[in-house]
Amino acid sequence: MYDVVMDFLLHHWLGQGIVILFQCLAVTVPLLVAVAYMTYVDRKVWGSIQLRRGPNVVGPFGLLQPFADGLKLMLKETIVPSSANGILFLIAPIITFLTALIAWAVVPFSDGWVIANINVGILYLFAISSLGVYGVIIAGWASNSKYAFLGALRSAAQMVSYEVSIGFVLITVLLCVGSLNLTKVVLAQSGGFWHWYFLPLLPMFVIYFVSSLAETNRTPFDLPMSEAELVQGFQTEYSSMPFALFFLGEYANMILLSALGSILFLGGWMAPLPFLPSHGGWGVLWFALKIAFLLFVFSWTKGTLPRYRYDQLMRLGWKVFLPVSLFWVVLTAAVLQFGGWVPKS
Amino acid sequence: MASLDRVARSFLLTEIVVGFLLTLKYMFKPKVTVNYPYEKGPLGPRFRGEHALRRYPNGEERCIACKLCEAICPAQAITIEAEPRDDGSRRTTRYDIDMTKCIYCGFCQEACPVDAIVEGPNFEFSTETREELMYNKDKLLANGDRWEGELAANLHADAAYR
Repeated sequence: MYDVVMDFLLHHWLGQGIVILFQCLAVTVPLLVAVAYMTYVDRKVWGSIQLRRGPNVVGPFGLLQPFADGLKLMLKETIVPSSANGILFLIAPIITFLTALIAWAVVPFSDGWVIANINVGILYLFAISSLGVYGVIIAGWASNSKYAFLGALRSAAQMVSYEVSIGFVLITVLLCVGSLNLTKVVLAQSGGFWHWYFLPLLPMFVIYFVSSLAETNRTPFDLPMSEAELVQGFQTEYSSMPFALFFLGEYANMILLSALGSILFLGGWMAPLPFLPSHGGWGVLWFALKIAFLLFVFSWTKGTLPRYRYDQLMRLGWKVFLPVSLFWVVLTAAVLQFGGWVPKS
Repeated sequence: MASLDRVARSFLLTEIVVGFLLTLKYMFKPKVTVNYPYEKGPLGPRFRGEHALRRYPNGEERCIACKLCEAICPAQAITIEAEPRDDGSRRTTRYDIDMTKCIYCGFCQEACPVDAIVEGPNFEFSTETREELMYNKDKLLANGDRWEGELAANLHADAAYR
């Protein structure tokens, strides 16, 4: 019986489809729960920093607050402005949400625990995260509102600018690993936290983190949605489920960039000390802890820093991060070449 | 040397790191929020909340329909009509306060010569409809009966400063 079932699941096309479906669910459902609780943690962290309590009424310690919020959003009316382009208006949040989800296909959660272990994993992630800008700019254009349009323009310009420096950061890591496969990136950092890349590549780690703040439109780079001048940027005209999709997509993107950051710089699923177990479920635990730490820093940043002005944002992206990361690529390449550390692959 | 110092500081992001440490420190400080529906802040004896019409200890209503409160009310929220009662005393037949107009300035209780109209300590009287905020004499007298203990204590506490 067992053999028959395994044979069906592994070799019949229908069985393989079922396996893939369950793999997708096994990634997506925890991810969406993580997104829900990320909003909760965000609010709790900002609350604590401002000496407030944060949500604490719905359920014990307010733990059911995200579900109450989600339910509220679903029960609201979906408003499509009469001057908006209806189809594009509704497609935009779907694009944002989908691009945030499909990127997870190549993320390794533990040794061998990855849906698609492709050899160009990093390239795929980079491409998908660039596609996210389409959702934003379509939303801004289709809303036919000046706030949404200005917000979308700012957001698009910002995401494109900071992707350049993220690209150089990725290249630096790739030079050290010698492979575009995310599993290999993690394996190259095995053996204790002193082997993780955040130590030798610390400036790149900082640049990566700051750029990922800009990529996800988070403070101090949240001026596409600055509520004081642009109401809520490209989300101004959205309500109900389309808004919820934007919201989910944005937080899923944050979690994705944190996951990529922990794969590239914090050793992915590797345990911080070599004698601790990092196989199977343990790997998922370490990986989740690292992502949680980076997400905490995201919230912490929002509680600490004021918003950048637009020209300051562009200056930081093009005149500081681009030259520094470019210099660091050349430096890393030179050190690897002349130090004899070029990885063999 | 000064410029080197400045460059080093800006590259090491010292100011941002200091800011982050400050907010981290604040995260672990005790919260200042009052957990409102379960905890409430203290109220002074002069707190101006929901209105009430008081009675004398023998049950006779204090209001003598002098209309000073109606006259002084800057929002013109009070409407009074008066007639002599059967026993010949002057009393209100109508005493309405439009709570949606009231600005809670407290002039009515300052104007009142007999401490009849007062603003009590109750501030939790929100309603689901606008009509429920058009208070009439019955509602105000009921408020007075309900809050008499607090009202008398507040008036007594504040009497020395009047």
